[in-house]
This record gives sequence, C-alpha cells and structure tokens, in this order.
Amino acid sequence: MSLDKATVAKVANLARIRVEENHLDTLANELNAILGWVEQLSEVDTENVAPMTSVAEMQLRWRADEITDGGYQQEIVANAPSDEDGFFAVPKVIE
Amino acid sequence: MTDLTKLTIAEARDGLKASKFSARELTAAHITAMDSARGLNAFITETPEKAVEAATKSDEKLANGEAGLMEGIPIAIKDLFCTKGTLTTAASHILDGFTPEYESTVSANLWTEGAVMLGKANLDEFAMGSSNETSYYGNVVNPWRRKKDDQPLVPGGSSGGSASAVSSNIAMGATGTDTGGSIRQPAAFTGIVGMKPTYGRCSRWGTVAFASSLDQAGPMTRTVRDTAIMLEAMAGFDAKDSTSVDMEVPNFEAALTGDIRGLKVGIPKEYRLDGMSEEIAALWEQGIEWLKSAGAEIVEISLPHTKYALPAYYIIAPAEASSNLARYDGVRYGLRVEGDSLDDMYSRTRAAGFGHEVQRRILIGTYALSAGYYDAYYLKAQKVRARIAEDFKEAYKTVDTILTPTAPSAAFAFGEKGDDPLEMYLNDVFTVPASLAGLPGISLPTGLSADGLPLGLQILGRPFDEETVIRTAGVLEEAANFTAKPDAWWRG
Repeated sequence: MSLDKATVAKVANLARIRVEENHLDTLANELNAILGWVEQLSEVDTENVAPMTSVAEMQLRWRADEITDGGYQQEIVANAPSDEDGFFAVPKVIE
Repeated sequence: MTDLTKLTIAEARDGLKASKFSARELTAAHITAMDSARGLNAFITETPEKAVEAATKSDEKLANGEAGLMEGIPIAIKDLFCTKGTLTTAASHILDGFTPEYESTVSANLWTEGAVMLGKANLDEFAMGSSNETSYYGNVVNPWRRKKDDQPLVPGGSSGGSASAVSSNIAMGATGTDTGGSIRQPAAFTGIVGMKPTYGRCSRWGTVAFASSLDQAGPMTRTVRDTAIMLEAMAGFDAKDSTSVDMEVPNFEAALTGDIRGLKVGIPKEYRLDGMSEEIAALWEQGIEWLKSAGAEIVEISLPHTKYALPAYYIIAPAEASSNLARYDGVRYGLRVEGDSLDDMYSRTRAAGFGHEVQRRILIGTYALSAGYYDAYYLKAQKVRARIAEDFKEAYKTVDTILTPTAPSAAFAFGEKGDDPLEMYLNDVFTVPASLAGLPGISLPTGLSADGLPLGLQILGRPFDEETVIRTAGVLEEAANFTAKPDAWWRG
C-alpha cells in the first residue's frame, strides 16, 4: 500500500492538521517509508491470535454510577484561550 | 563542607535524619547547581521559590519525626506531569501557557512523601523522540562528552531533561515516563539508573497522555537503591486511572539483598543483532560474567518475535497518540490560531502548535485507524503485540529475569540521526519489546565506550516483580562499580 498526495491530504484533513499543498509530496514520501517498513508485520502468523487489549491480565473495575466530582466551572475554563460566562468560546458555527 | 549535590538520595535521607544538614541547605545547594547549568537546557521551568518553601516544610516535618520516604529530597519533574499552579508544556507549543488546576497522582504522591520540586524538566515534544531534539523549548544537552571532543551530544529521549539534570547533579532524582524506552535509553546515555515499572504500577492520572496502553511513569536516579526508594514513593493504586493496579506497594529498598544465588537469568538470542557493535556485545558479555560469578544461572532463551516489536510499536503508539492528541484543538487550553471557521481554526492551531515529528505520528496513526485500513495496520499490530507478550510469558516459565543491553550505541551528536526517522526509531530496539508486553525494566550504567561515554545494561522482569529486577540490578551495580562522572564543563 502506498499513499499518494490525495490520500495524505485526506488523512491530514481527518487529523485536522493544515498541510500546505507544496509539502504534501515530502510528507507522502516520509509516511510511505514508515509504512513500507511496517509491512514486515505481515510475515507474522497471527491466525487465531486475539489482539492484545490490555497488558496486565485484569478485569476493569466496576463502580457505582455516582457524581463524585464537579462544581468548579471557573477552574475548567481557566486555561481557555477564549471564554464567556463560564463557557468555552469558539468561532460562530451556525449561521 | 561536603558538596551536598554529590550525595545519593539514601545518603541525603540519612544525613537529614541525623541533622548533619537541613533540607533548606540541601535544596539551596541544588538551586545553585541548577543556576550554573543553564547550558544543558535541562529545565523548561525552574521553581526555586517553591523549592525553598517545600524544603522549609520538610525541615519542620523532620524536626517532628514525620519524615516521608523522600523528605527534603530535591528532584526534577518531567514536564509531562501536570503540576498545580506551575506551567506544564509537554515541550509543545500547543500547550502555551497551560497552568494546570490539578496535580498528577505521581507528583502528588511524591509531595506527600516530602520530595521538593526544583522545576519542570525538558523532554521531546509529547515524549515523542529518542534524542530530545523535538522539544519546542530547544535541545537538552548531555553532560557527557566524548574524550578530547567538545561536540555536544544528545542526552537520549524522551526524558532527556530528567536524565541530564540527574547526571549533572542538579537534581538527586527525576520523574520520567517510558512509552517505548523513554526512561531507560536516556538513563543509559547519561550514565544513570532509570526504571520503568510494570504497566499499572504508577498512576497515569494527570500525566499528559502519549500512548495510553504503553505510558508508564518511573524514577531516574544515580543508584539502584535511590531508584527503589523513589519508585516506592511514586507507585500506588489510584481509582482515577482505570488501568492502575490495586496491589500493595512493596518496600522496594528491602529487595536489595545482594543475593542472587540460584537466580535464573535469561539471555535472549534474538537481541544479538547483526552488526551489533563490539563494544555493546562486550558490555553484555561482561554483565553475564558478573551475574554468573554472583551465583546466578545463565540460560539462553528465545524471544522469536523480537524483530517485529519496533514496527508494531510504530503503529500502536502513533494510533493511540492520534486519538489522545485530538484534544488539542485551541478551545480548552493552550494555543489558538484563528481561522475562517471552526474547522479552519482547528487545522491552523494544530499545524502551528505541533512540531514535525508529532504531526508525522498523528498522520500515521490517523491513517492506521482510518476506515478500510484499521484491520491491516492497527489490528494486525495488536495481534503481533500479543505474540510478543506470549514470547516473554513463555521465557518466564524458565527464567526469573532477562539481561540485555539498553541501547544499541552510546550517546550520539545532534543532527547525527535527524534525517531518517527510521534510524532514530532503532534506538529503542532493546526497550520497546518489554514496553509492548508491559513488563518492568531497569537500565543501569555498567561501563564506558572507547570514546569515554557511559553504556547501560537492561534487566527485565515478570509483571509486578520489580523486586527481583531491583535485586538483580543491585548485584550488577556493585560488580560494575561504575564511578565515572562527566567533567563539569557546563559550569563554565
């Protein structure tokens, strides 16, 4: 599998990273080098192998569904680049 | 008066308890060292006033007989741990000005045990790198230089600032985080001890996430004993991290019995890479001999999927990173670059805020998780990971610990491995497999290269058996008697 310019542009859009048109080729080459190297994973027989999802063999814990936290709106927005009345402020989304 | 910065944590602890010096004096000596070592660029933020304040409190606690495990010990905190009221950057432009309103569990545990924060240590951006060349705040310099050569060298990464600070006696210890080798490799490059405990041993809560199924905090110090003391202070169950393990934290220092008679130590044949440098091969051989003379039984083992660990890692870690780093959107914290629309603002903010290596990994990860490619890349890598973990499980049926080199070379110069990311990734060839399997591992310095640079050996253990790893490391440390120190050129 090899990434072309259009695919890199699509992936960059999915990742919400603006990439200038004249940088797409370089990026495609870099990503292809890495993906080409990763291809060797296909040599490994993984028939009937379950994908690893947790390193310690443990069950996730259960807990009661209770509110244990909250009540500090000002702290939550304290680091926001822009906030109004305790809310995060963003550019206008709806016309 | 003795130079207080030359003491180990254990020596300082005993000196403080015996009132040979005060916590304030100990901290003052380290602040002076920090002032004189700016050329290393080990810190992003220095917090000397907070350090003096904490040391004053430690003196009170010492006087009242209430000293914690790390009482009055000045340390550096990798700038990936959120610290309440102190700028936390992950060495990224995108976290500009971020001052957490909360404290990470690991650092909170250290403060409860009396540790004193000198400042926030530099690192690779979002811990992505093996040479500390990707920080927005500039390169960290290794205190070590080659013989008769002034060329600056990398400290390794990603915990490069932590490693440099401990190696140059600015800090007695430092926190690091290890995703694929980010504690162990810089420890080896700077001649110190660094340990990644078992995944789940230290809470991840409040630590800026890179790859959540791999990230694990650990101590970086100058001796194995100090690592044991500091790990005990950092570790512990935390309900706020769903993968934190509810197990009692043992007295790790007590594991240093000096007795490894009858212990079975595995030597994985797949780690003898083609073209392995003779120096590294000799270092490893010497380590084997030392353990043998101490009464350990050396067993050749096979970890057949070793060569697939790096490629699996470079799918899994970027995939998890692409998901974790989605939160940096210019809305809730850090940098914002305005745009024509909300989407445009996201894209411009992330393009300006993330460095090149971080962007590359986000793109690889996004691609590996995208519709149509998920099975071929991410699922395949997670299956290969399961096979790598099985390899270790099989090996631990016959051995108690495993001995390998930590890194394939000594520290290198800046820019030496900059062009080809794959060449840089190979630095972690010996550390990544244990990360994928979640196993504990320690690196300690055991020799010098022909150029006069430190080289490290790594000991791996069974899950949650840090004690046997520490015990083996203690024996190796004593045999190696590594006393070399870099010349303090940075004091100018």
